[in-house]
Amino acid sequence: MAFAAFSSTTAQADPAPRRRSRVALLLLLPGILYLVLFFLTPLVSLLITSFQAPAEFGDIGQYTYAFNWQNYVDVVTDYWPHIVRSFVFALAATVLALLFSYPLAYFIGVTARRWPLLQSLMLVLVIAPFFISFLLRTLAWKQLLSDESFVVTSLKAVSLLAPDAHLTGTPIAVIFGLTYNFIPFMTLPLYTTLERLDLRYLEAASDLYAHPFEVFRKVTIPLSMPGIVAGTLLTFIPAAGDYVNASRDFLGGPDSQMIGNVIEANFLVLLNYPAAAALSIILMSVILVIVGIYVKRAGTEELL
Amino acid sequence: MKISLGRWLLPVYSALALLFLMVPIAYTFVFSFNDSLKSNITWRGFTFDKWLNVCAVQNGAVCEAFGNSLVIGSVATVLATVMGTMIAIAIVRYRFRFRSATSLLLFLPMATPEVVLGAGLAAQFLSLGVAKDMTTIILAHTMFCISFVVVTVKARVASLDPALEEAGRDLYGSSTQVFLRVTLPLLVPGILAAALLSFALSFDDFIITNFNSGAVTTFPKYIYISAARGIPAEANVIASAVFIFALVVVVTAQVSSAARAKRLAREG
Repeated sequence: MAFAAFSSTTAQADPAPRRRSRVALLLLLPGILYLVLFFLTPLVSLLITSFQAPAEFGDIGQYTYAFNWQNYVDVVTDYWPHIVRSFVFALAATVLALLFSYPLAYFIGVTARRWPLLQSLMLVLVIAPFFISFLLRTLAWKQLLSDESFVVTSLKAVSLLAPDAHLTGTPIAVIFGLTYNFIPFMTLPLYTTLERLDLRYLEAASDLYAHPFEVFRKVTIPLSMPGIVAGTLLTFIPAAGDYVNASRDFLGGPDSQMIGNVIEANFLVLLNYPAAAALSIILMSVILVIVGIYVKRAGTEELL
Repeated sequence: MKISLGRWLLPVYSALALLFLMVPIAYTFVFSFNDSLKSNITWRGFTFDKWLNVCAVQNGAVCEAFGNSLVIGSVATVLATVMGTMIAIAIVRYRFRFRSATSLLLFLPMATPEVVLGAGLAAQFLSLGVAKDMTTIILAHTMFCISFVVVTVKARVASLDPALEEAGRDLYGSSTQVFLRVTLPLLVPGILAAALLSFALSFDDFIITNFNSGAVTTFPKYIYISAARGIPAEANVIASAVFIFALVVVVTAQVSSAARAKRLAREG
């Protein structure tokens, strides 16, 4: 949804070609300048910081400008499990959120079309989690999945969980939390494309004796690809960088820390700014590469 | 039998899915009535006390954090909405050079993980020697809200009927008059939606805030810090009240826009 919104205006007929470009400049200038100052230059500072070396006679947290490649080698050797884990967790959460959201979005966008009131009411419920603090929601799950909770005791009663096992503090809980928290980001773009799905294509396929499953696989899914791409990106990117779910006070434990946790610890606790910056640059680069490949493979040009 | 099962499968699943989404919200709401002491983990009985004396706990630390979040959200929303709306109008209505570079610059903040945005700004403030306080939080929030405002308002500008502005010009309105009395009023629903989205994003932001807040506590940051030693039920009260308020605003907007659509349809 958000990604598609940046598309296709160039293709539209221009109402005012080349008209008063000075006005355009004045309209653009404040916002663009703002983004250059507070988005673009910070990324450059991050890059510069990532190469800094400790000051020779300085305190903890004091660094001088240098071209210290070693920072990158150090963070990868120290934190490669966290880096790998972040992308694995984010991938798992994205797949789970897609499986969870697709039928729901299909129901709201296609089946419920005849009842607009039901449709808008269900959409309000999908975004309702946004109205309550993200951290409190996650803490609520921590209590609901704690050792004395109904969920854990019943799982143990039916032997799906070993008697001495826990849910909180495990990778399962972190993936669960990530999935829950990003479900609305998946459902909304899916709903937007499915809502516009022309049902006559599905009818045409059935008329040609396609099995319902074949109709779904060969017609519905390809037609909803823009929503799937937007939803998976909107889920994967924030999930990979999240550190609230994996934090030890929330759903995580020592074996489930993600790259965000290490960036936070290095920047705010250990004051090891170069390490935090190098990890951020790695996270950002990997995401840009993944997004680039994915968008190319998925064949949608709607991203920009 | 098989057909009826298939017909019910999707509605039942959807209802259960929505119910699942509501679970932690219900939990937070219920525990705002817990007669808890320091931490709010086990149920100790029902009370209205926490709702009536929200600011009583910890010398009002919860309320102070909440107030900070309101101030930061309001200022960042105004700044982001003004700058974002201007960009949205320029993108839809004018041709200019560096168009794709502009789109990329607007898209990238949304595709960058929050932890990178937060650490980047913090690194910049650090190298410039800027002390972190309320201002740095507002600067950070404005930055990530702009792109979302542009996306939201742009859709509205693109769907405007150019005939309405032409009519204004035909009636000898100057371009300023046409903008202020025709274009801007027509854009108001989009601008309002964008402002609400910005406020919601700013109000609930934790990750970017955590990197750029110094000693200032916002509501999400308060929860994060308190998570280790237990969160007072008063935090649940504030979150529940905000939830109910937001729900009322959204449902009212939905109902009134449905009513307006009906009225327009009737008047033809």
